[in-house]
Amino acid sequence: MEQYSITLLVLLLPLAAFLFLGLFGNRFKPLTAGLIATIEMAATTVIAYFTAFKYFTSDRLADGTFATCIPFDHVWLPFGKTLTFNMGILLDPISVMMLIVITTVSLMVHVYSLGYMKGEKGFQRYFAFLSLFTMSMLGLVVATNIFQMYLFWELVGVSSYLLIGFYYTKPSAIAASKKAFIVTRFADLGFLIGILIYGYYVGSYSFEYSVHIKAIAAAGTVIPLALGLMIIGGAGKSAMFPFHLWLPDAMEGPTPVSALIHAATMVVAGVYLIARLFPLFIGYAPDVLHIAGYVGAFTALFAAVIACVQTDIKRVLAFSTISQIGFMIVALGVSTSTDPHHGGLGYMASMFHLFTHAMFKALLFLGAGAVIHAVHSNEMKDMGGLRKYMRVTHFTFLIACLAIAGIPPFSGFFSKDEILVATFMFSPVMGYLMTFIAGLTAFYMFRLYYNIFWAKPCELKAGHDGHVHTPHEAPAVMTVPLVILAALTCVVGYIVPFGKFISSDGSAYHIHIDLKVAVTSIVVAVIGIGIARVMYRGASRKIADGLERNFGLLYRAAVKRFYIDEIYQFITHKIIFALISKPVAWFDRHVVDAFFDGLAWIAHVAAAKIKGLQSGNVQSYAVVFLWGIIAIMAALLFITFGVFWLL
Amino acid sequence: MVPMQYYLLVSTFMMFVGVFGFFTRRNLLTILISVELVLNAVDINFAVFNRYLYPEHLEGMFFSVFSIGLSAVEAAVAIAIIIVVYRNLENIRVTGLNKLKD
Repeated sequence: MEQYSITLLVLLLPLAAFLFLGLFGNRFKPLTAGLIATIEMAATTVIAYFTAFKYFTSDRLADGTFATCIPFDHVWLPFGKTLTFNMGILLDPISVMMLIVITTVSLMVHVYSLGYMKGEKGFQRYFAFLSLFTMSMLGLVVATNIFQMYLFWELVGVSSYLLIGFYYTKPSAIAASKKAFIVTRFADLGFLIGILIYGYYVGSYSFEYSVHIKAIAAAGTVIPLALGLMIIGGAGKSAMFPFHLWLPDAMEGPTPVSALIHAATMVVAGVYLIARLFPLFIGYAPDVLHIAGYVGAFTALFAAVIACVQTDIKRVLAFSTISQIGFMIVALGVSTSTDPHHGGLGYMASMFHLFTHAMFKALLFLGAGAVIHAVHSNEMKDMGGLRKYMRVTHFTFLIACLAIAGIPPFSGFFSKDEILVATFMFSPVMGYLMTFIAGLTAFYMFRLYYNIFWAKPCELKAGHDGHVHTPHEAPAVMTVPLVILAALTCVVGYIVPFGKFISSDGSAYHIHIDLKVAVTSIVVAVIGIGIARVMYRGASRKIADGLERNFGLLYRAAVKRFYIDEIYQFITHKIIFALISKPVAWFDRHVVDAFFDGLAWIAHVAAAKIKGLQSGNVQSYAVVFLWGIIAIMAALLFITFGVFWLL
Repeated sequence: MVPMQYYLLVSTFMMFVGVFGFFTRRNLLTILISVELVLNAVDINFAVFNRYLYPEHLEGMFFSVFSIGLSAVEAAVAIAIIIVVYRNLENIRVTGLNKLKD
């Protein structure tokens, strides 16, 4: 255990960087502050890799699993004799995998931000928040118990809020940050209630289920309820339907933030949560898990359809993220046992997809950031033909698109293939549905790709100074992270024997490709790409426009994201605000407040009546004083000698 | 020997004259004089009770001497206050002394 004590630094370094930059950041030059954060992040990454290396090369236990290590577990807040709130570090295959994902993407984003955010106001603040986020996210994944997870869960929510609202002078960014915070916070209410129910009945928050197996079994009937409530929190963070609506708006934040928080790490927290609770789900609440799977499948389809028609490139990526997280949830949801060979494949597939998705989606966002950096617009119509001007971005973006579309040998193919195999095992209908969504994914990603890099030639616009300036490739500090991530995307699919390290019961599982499923998915992906190529590669958009006209209703509904935002708006404003909040506010103002106002009024009137005594005239006080003495004397005499003496 | 009651009557009279003056006078100096009257009435009582009830003791006498000393000190303090009041208000009417109320 002591050998992992260095892992504590993974949390402490970003925290130190956050405090340091938050307090003293403005005393440094922006670049210095950025470099401090980046160097700190590099150190954190090295430690995380070191930990992972040591963990995965350590000896396996007798049953072929990796030992779960808890180098720290400090009782922070005892609630009762047995129920305690601990803070600690738990290392098991998935948390170690998450350490790698988070630190890798975070480091890339730090480096990239040095270029992307150059000259922005609040550069130091930006890096301080990035450090805060990294610390919170790492704390979330290494949590030893569900309460610690919840604490860091809220911390990532806060840092996400701070970073979405980074451009705090922009009203849309402020609205988006509030929306993100409120929606996720609302979902987290379910999470908290679930945690409390779980803690009340089981008597422990710990993730070491085997220790509390009896208590959990005794609490059997409420476990599904508690887990269901916890999943609501997970759905909020992972933008599952119907809580998905904050994520597209969160794209108001700086693009590297979208890459780090809203694509690679924070939004998969819900998936991670379900994976963490996986043994409980399988043991006590398989139905809840399957329901989550159906919701995930619906979300994946829903978001993929919307992604096909959005014109803001970051929104397309946001909906793509929602759809891909749907895939991960589906993979978990179709699991029926902890045996990876019989029904437990989804767990491994989900974690695998989380891993590969983090890499290629971060790459897509960073690539989109480079494009936005070059053309100063998020809209597809301002782009086109950029392949000639931005060779590196074009090439890396293409790799990421191929990966997400599921073309071998890029990483996305392998993980998506495992998910499809798992869904086909569960039910063929689900399998075909997910294959279809995979095809949609290929279509909308290549629609995006062709619209940015091909289509019409780039219009050269005259700048403010009258010069016609051509889009230019981003500086090296931005392209190097792109290249690194692209290299990872190319190789992690088959170089890393993922199943050997992570599987539903912890033992080594050899990933093998189901040829039938693989060929189907490749064919579907190629068809999707082909359609996108026909529709969007050329300068004319004849087919696309024709489809838009013929499917006008569906098209408009999809562009409007199926009016979910409007429905929320209606429910909150017209129903909750008008029918509940307003009467309650009226009651508060006219009944509760009025009662206390009445008390104050009585005191006021009574004071006005008796304040005549407070004349300020010493002599009138003395008269009262004398009468008081006389009264006391009379009383004493009365007590001493009885009433008859006075008479 | 004069009966004790006569002394007590005189002292009671002085006492109530003092109390009455304290309540009705508006001049700080007269109020001070009224207070002195009350104090002196008490002194007389001390002396009389000592003389008539416990002739072999001297505590009452000493207490009245002590009280006279104290009242001298009190008068000094009171007059100092009155002088300050006069400097501030240009008169020593007690009705003017309600500034703390505001």
